[in-house]
Order: sequence, then structure tokens, then C-alpha cells
Amino acid sequence: MNSLLFFEWIAAIRFLREGRMQTLFIISGVAIGVGVIVFMSALLSGLQANLFYRLLSSQPHIVLERPKQVVTPLHKAGPGQQLLAAIQTPQQRVSSVDQWQKVRDQMRLRKDILAVSPTVTGPAFAVKGSSNQAISLTGIDIDQYIKIVPLHEKMVAGTYRVTNNDIIIGTQLAEDMGMQLYDKLRVTTAGGANRTLTIVGIFDFGNRSANQRTTFVLLSTAQNLLNLAGAVTSIDITVADPYAAETIAQSIASETGLNALSWIASNSQFFQGMNAQSMSSMLIRLFVGLSVAAGIASVLVVSVVQRQKDIGILRAMGGSRGQVMRVFLIQGAVVGLLGSLLGSFFGFLLLTAWRFGARNPDGTSMFEIVLDPKLFLFAALIATFTGLVAAVTPAIRAARLDPVVAIRG
Amino acid sequence: MASTVLRLEAVRKSYAIGTPVETEVLHGIDLQLDKGEFVALTGPSGSGKSTLLNIMGLLDRPSTGKLFINGAETSRMDEAQLTQLRGQAIGFVFQTHLLLTAFTALENVMMPMLLQRGHPDELMRERALTLLEQVGLSKWQNNLVSNMSGGQQQRVAIARALALNPSLVLADEPTGNLDTKAAESVFELMRKVNQDSGTTFLMVTHNVAMAQRCDRTVDLVDGMIVSEQKK
Repeated sequence: MNSLLFFEWIAAIRFLREGRMQTLFIISGVAIGVGVIVFMSALLSGLQANLFYRLLSSQPHIVLERPKQVVTPLHKAGPGQQLLAAIQTPQQRVSSVDQWQKVRDQMRLRKDILAVSPTVTGPAFAVKGSSNQAISLTGIDIDQYIKIVPLHEKMVAGTYRVTNNDIIIGTQLAEDMGMQLYDKLRVTTAGGANRTLTIVGIFDFGNRSANQRTTFVLLSTAQNLLNLAGAVTSIDITVADPYAAETIAQSIASETGLNALSWIASNSQFFQGMNAQSMSSMLIRLFVGLSVAAGIASVLVVSVVQRQKDIGILRAMGGSRGQVMRVFLIQGAVVGLLGSLLGSFFGFLLLTAWRFGARNPDGTSMFEIVLDPKLFLFAALIATFTGLVAAVTPAIRAARLDPVVAIRG
Repeated sequence: MASTVLRLEAVRKSYAIGTPVETEVLHGIDLQLDKGEFVALTGPSGSGKSTLLNIMGLLDRPSTGKLFINGAETSRMDEAQLTQLRGQAIGFVFQTHLLLTAFTALENVMMPMLLQRGHPDELMRERALTLLEQVGLSKWQNNLVSNMSGGQQQRVAIARALALNPSLVLADEPTGNLDTKAAESVFELMRKVNQDSGTTFLMVTHNVAMAQRCDRTVDLVDGMIVSEQKK
């Protein structure tokens, strides 16, 4: 029964209750700190999740391409010789991935890869009457491709199901060229091929230049237009763990000899930004936590001084140093716990207010904030622990008080 | 022959030992308290009464000399053992009725038992209630002690001192802060407890009349016992 520390709990709670104002103030202090941490954490993880989703849902995790073409000088400098040569970087032509069917099948066997989609991409012109626009023609295997980029979620009109003579374009291109669903659009390429296609779908990627440039046709249509019969220019891949994309890309590159570019490498700035954001929020949380701890400690230090007489009485009546110490440790933990409960509630209110307040002009919420119970649990645990740690110094001071001095006051 | 509850042998106490201002407060005290005695300790301010009381109560250690409580020599005991012995064998009544203001009268009386055992039980409660009854405060059991008068608080303190059935109660001017009437009743109460239960009492007092009503008077002047009178 002794393990329940009954006496210590009772004394801790009575002492806190008797010091009403002081207790109330420090609990509010802890609550404000915890509330800010909870609010910031939920806001930031919501924001980052939203950004990640936007980024990841409009591009493949890994793109496999044929290695860059390089020139090697015919002559090599012999011993004692100097070779004077100007080496030009060759122009990179649109070209096919060697034995892409084999690579595709190989990729499909890997357990860390969820979807594999061969695509053909090349430049083309969209022509209507006398106006034309440069576009990027992407030929896709539609069933595979929607596992890479959820096209079906991006459609604002029509369908993403294309046949041989259909094309899907972005909202910006449609607007620029004054076109609507089921209009005819002529597509010509630099090689001279041209074909008239029907617009069966219009998408919105949430990005002006993507909405202007990107167009989707069937793989075979693109192969014909770009004069790449039977070939693909890249293989797009979705992996199970997006954060492992870079490691997987490297392993694929060494396995196939192809260029493997992960979304992490192609968005390095985005990642740096994210990291900087996480780091700064971490620092803010750390300092808020420290100031909460300092607050608890300072109140308890004062309380030890105020309770000097009580501590002396307890010691004179046979209370041990351990008992006195635990009374103050428990006070710290209780302040931390109560403060964190109140703070979690406070954070919850802020988040709810944010959900109602922060909306896009069209009334949809700016981004989804998930109220994760784990966050609240975690905050409560951390705050209780912080309270306990903050109470260590005051508790040791209390335990070390000489009862004779303490009683004299 | 009555058994000895406490014995001091050549107890000296110095402060600031090893510094130029080293002062010896007690100069070799020999004193014995027998079971059931009611002893008054008198002496002018600064004569070392409180220091002596703290040493007898195991709140402080003598610089040299020996202290026996119920036959056990205490100089080799560590802090935890002293705390344990203090809780079991000694009850304190202080001049300024030092009670825990955050607790009720009943809880204050239960406190020594609670500290000893860690958690409350029905026996503890009953014992505390009996003691409160004995000091005439059973009606006040659930009052916070901060709402009670000085005399009442001192009665609670006496009940608390008796909680663990100590062999010795050390009372440091228990009536010093009370009016004559309350002082008289507190003294009567201690005397009654002493006679009923055989608990030994050592009471520091400045009140000559009260001292003369005790079994024995020990007079301390400048850190030495100058006279002992037995009735």
C-alpha cells in the first residue's frame, strides 16, 4: 500500500489547494504553454501534410529515364602529352528507354514499389485556327498512370478515360485557347506529324503552368505523334514509402543503369523549406517548454520557502526526507498534468476556431487539421514529466531543510 | 525503580565549530528522565533550553556526549534511523502550536501515524478521534486548524504529540502564547494525560507557579544545570 504514496499525494494536493492563487497562476501558465504547443504542432503537421499531398499528387515519386548522352574524346592524352580539345555537351534528344518492357516488369516485382507506369513525353503545338500554344504531350497508360498521379481527383470537366483520338488538357490551356469540352484540337509536332484530337476532359492541377502546358493522350497516340513507335521516354514509379524514394531511386539506378530521379531530389528546395519550418517550430516548442519548466520550478522554490514551517513539522513528526521530497515532486507533476489538460482544451478551442475561421474564398477549409488524440496524450505526458523534472531542485531543497531551522521559521 | 526514558551523558553542543566564533552553548549536561515523570525545564532566555530540547528530540545532534532514548544510544544512528525513532518515541508540542494549516484537526492528529504507515486506515481515525475527545475537541474534528483559537490549536498539538503513544513528550513553552485561562487548561490537560497514561513530559516554561506544580524542576543557566528540585 505504501507504493501508492497516499500521504505524499494528500499533502501535495492540500498544499496546492491552500496556495490557491499561486497554484492557479502556475497552472494557467502551463496551460498557455501547452495550448500554444498543441496548436502549433497540429497546425504545422496539417500544413505540411497538405503541402506534401499537393506535391506528391501531381508528380511521380521516381522517374526513370535513359542516362544522359555524353561525349567521350576519341584521343586520350599519353604520358607527357597534353590534349587540347573542346568538348561540347551534346543536345539531349527525346529518346527511348532501352528495353523498357523488361525494366517495367523488373520494377513491378519489387516490393517497395506500388505502381509502374511507362510514359512518352515530348514537345508539341496545340493549334486552333490561327492561334497556337506550346504544350507538353504526355502519352500514358491510363490505368497505370492514375496510380501515379490521381488524375481522376483533378478533373473539373469530362472524363480521364481517353481513347486513341482523345486528349485531356488543363484549365489554363482551355481558357487561353477558348476551348470547351468536346471541341476539336489539332496537335502538331516538330517532326511534322499532326492529328486532330477531341478534348474529353479538363483537369486542374492547382498550378498555372501545369494547367497550361501539360496534356494527356494515350501512349500509342503520343508514340505516333512524336515518332517514337514502341518506345517510352520515361517510367514513372510510385513507392510505398514516399520518404524512402531517394534510397529506392539509388538502388534502381544501380540495378538498371538508368537515371532515377526521386521527387526528393527534384524538390530539394521544398524539402529544405520543410526542414527549416520543422526546425523553427521545434525550437519554439522547446523554448516554450523550457519557460514552462522554469515557471513551475520558480513557483515551487517559493513554495518550499513558504512551506518551511510545514516541512519542519512533518520532519519533527517522523516524516522522512524521501516523503518530504516526494510531496514536492508530486506537486510539480500535478501542476504539469492539470496545466496540460487545461492547455489541451485551450489548444483544441484554438484549433476549432481556426477550422471555422481560416477558409478559402470559396468557403472550403484551407487545409485539413487532424486532431490527433495522440498529440494531446503526448502533450500531457511531456508536461507532467516536465513538471516532475522542474520540481527536482525545489524538492531536494525541501528534503535537505534542517528541521530545527525550518521550525524556527 | 522506574525505567529510564531518556538519559543525557556529558552532552555538549557547540556552534560554528572550527571557526574563530565557535561558541559552546551546552557545557556538559547530565540528565535522566524516568517513565511517568513530569519535568519542568526552566531558565532565562539564551540559557540553551531550546538547544537542549532539540537534542533530546533528535532534531539536532550533540557535539560530544551521549543520548540514550529508551536505552538505545543514538550517536551512531543515521538520519533515517533518527527520523524513525523520533516518530515513534517522541511527541512535540511547540510554543507556537505549529500545526499544518492545510489540514483539519483530525488530520493533524492522524499525521504522525500517516507519516509512519503511509496510508490511512480506520484504526488511525479511531485513535485520532479518541485523542481529540480526550483534549475536548471532538466537535471540531473537521475544522481546518487555521480556524481555531490558540488554546484549541495547542490542544490539537497535544493530541497529535500523543498519536503514536510516545514514551516522551517534549513541550517547548506550550502555554507561552496563551491567556491565563487557556494556559491553565492546557497545563491541566498535559498533567492529566501524564497521570492517566504514564507518558513522560518535559516542559520548558517561564511560569514559576506552573513549574512548581511539576514533579521535578531542572534549572538551566548558561548551558549548565544549576539546580534540580524534586517535589
